[in-house]
Amino acid sequence: MILRSETFLILIVLTNFALLGSSRLAAYIRTVAVQGVVLGFLTLSIHHHDLYSRIWIIALGNMLLKGFLFPWLFFRTIEKVQIKREIEPIVGYTLSIFIGALLFALSLWMTQRLPLPSQIFSSLSISVSLFTLMVGFFLIISRNKAITQAMGYIVIENGIYIFGMTFMQKAPMVVELGFLLDLFVAIFVMQIILHHIRREFDSLNVKYLSNLTDWET
Amino acid sequence: MNLLSLFHILFTLLSAPLLLGILSRTKSFFSGRKGPPLFQPYYDIWKLLHKGSVYSKTTTWIFKLSPILGFTSTFTLLFLIPFGGSPACLFFQGDILLIAYLLGLLRFFYVMSALDTGSSFEGMGASREVQVSALTEVALILGFVALVKYFGTFSLSEILASSSFELWKNSTPLLALIVASFFIVFLTENARLPIDDPNTHLELTMIHEVMVLDHSGIDLAMIFYTSALKFWILGSWLIHLLLPFHTEYFWVNQLGFILGMGGLAICVGIIESIMARLKLLHIPSLLVTAGTLSALAFLLLLRT
Repeated sequence: MILRSETFLILIVLTNFALLGSSRLAAYIRTVAVQGVVLGFLTLSIHHHDLYSRIWIIALGNMLLKGFLFPWLFFRTIEKVQIKREIEPIVGYTLSIFIGALLFALSLWMTQRLPLPSQIFSSLSISVSLFTLMVGFFLIISRNKAITQAMGYIVIENGIYIFGMTFMQKAPMVVELGFLLDLFVAIFVMQIILHHIRREFDSLNVKYLSNLTDWET
Repeated sequence: MNLLSLFHILFTLLSAPLLLGILSRTKSFFSGRKGPPLFQPYYDIWKLLHKGSVYSKTTTWIFKLSPILGFTSTFTLLFLIPFGGSPACLFFQGDILLIAYLLGLLRFFYVMSALDTGSSFEGMGASREVQVSALTEVALILGFVALVKYFGTFSLSEILASSSFELWKNSTPLLALIVASFFIVFLTENARLPIDDPNTHLELTMIHEVMVLDHSGIDLAMIFYTSALKFWILGSWLIHLLLPFHTEYFWVNQLGFILGMGGLAICVGIIESIMARLKLLHIPSLLVTAGTLSALAFLLLLRT
C-alpha cells in the first residue's frame, strides 16, 4: 500500500495536538522531533513521481536537522538547566486541545476562502500549514518557559515549510535551505539566551524578564 | 427480522462472558500467574444467581429497578447490532441515536441507583461516572456524526455493513481517527484500565465499580452480565470497522468476526497488563482528545 501524503498531513495534525496536550518537556522535544521526521516523509510522498536529488536533499536535511540534531541540542539544554516539566502554563492542557480543534476548523475555513492556484496537490496541505503556524504561535503565547517557546518557533517554521512545499515546483531550493539555516542559527541564539536567563534568574521562566530593573532591590 | 439474526443474538448472549474470561486469562499470562479458568465469569454469574439480595432500608424501588432496566436496555441493543457481515435483527434510519440513548439510559439508571443508596461513597462514584460519561458521549456522538456523513446513512447496521477493506485503502486516516476515538470510548464505557481499574476496590481511584458496591445476589449477577454484553456490543463496532469481512462465504465472515472479538479481548488484556492507570485528573484530558479525534474526522469530511 502506498502511504499517501494525506496520511502524513494527518499525522502532523496529530503531533500538533500532542504538543498542545503534553506537560513534560521531554515529551515536547520528542513530539517536535517526530513532526520533523514526518515532514521529511511528507516531502518524499508528495513528490514521489519526480524525485530529483534536490528533493532528497531537502527531505533528508529536514529529517536530520529537526529529527535528530535539534532534539539532541534541546535534551542537552534541559539536562544542563535541570527542568522536567512545563509548570503552570497560562492556558491549561485540556483547554489548549479544545482551542486547537477550533484553530483547525478556522484553518479549514480560511483555506476555502483563499484563492489558490489549481495545480497544488491537495488543499489539505494549506490548511495543515496554517494550523501548524497557529499552533506554533499559540504555544509561544501560552507557555511560560523559554525552551517551550523555542519549540513553538520550530513548529511555526514547520508550518511555513509545509506551505512552501506545496509550491515547491516554483520555489528555488535556496529559499528552502535558507529557512533551515535561519532556524539553525535561531536555535543557537536561543541556547545562548536560555543560558543567560538561567544564570540571571535561576529559572527559565520568561515572566522574570518583565521584572528587569536598573537598580538592585 | 429473520431467524439467523435471532440465532446470532442467542450466540452473543451465551458467549459474551467468555470474552471477560479470555481477558483475565491474558492478564494472568502476562503477570506469570496461572489465572482463573476461562469460564470463571459463568461460574461467578451462576454463584451470584443462587444468592439472595440484601437491600438497605434507605433504598427505594429505583435501586431494585436499575439492574433490570440496565439489562433490558443492553438486551434491546443486541437486536440493533449486526453480527459479522449479517444484518442486525432490526435496523432503520436513525437507529444510531436509539443506540446512543440506550447506552445513556443504562448509565442514567446506574447513577440513579447509586444516588438512591444515600451513601457518600456511591455518590462520589456517581459524580465521577457522570463527569466521565459527559465527555465520552461527545466523542461517541461526534464519531457517529462523522460515520453518518461518510457513509450517508443514519443506520448503524448499514454503516457497519458497508465498511470494507477498499474504504480503508482510500481513506485510511479518516477511518483510523474514528476507530482510535471509538477505542478510547470503548475502554471508558467498559471501565477498563487506562481510565478505570475494574479490579482494585480502592476508594481513591474507583469510578464505575463504586456505583455497584451495594448491589448483591441476583442484582449483581445481572450487572455483571450486562457489563459483559456491553463489552461485546461496543467491541463489535470496532471489529466491524477494523476487520470488515464481507466475503461471499458466510462462514468466513462469521468466523472472522468471532476471532476478531477474541483478539480484541486479548488486546485489551495486553493493554491492561502493560499500562498503568491514569491519574484521575488526566482522564478528562484523554477523553477530550478522543472527542478531538472524532471532531477532526468530521471536519476533514466537511472539507470535501
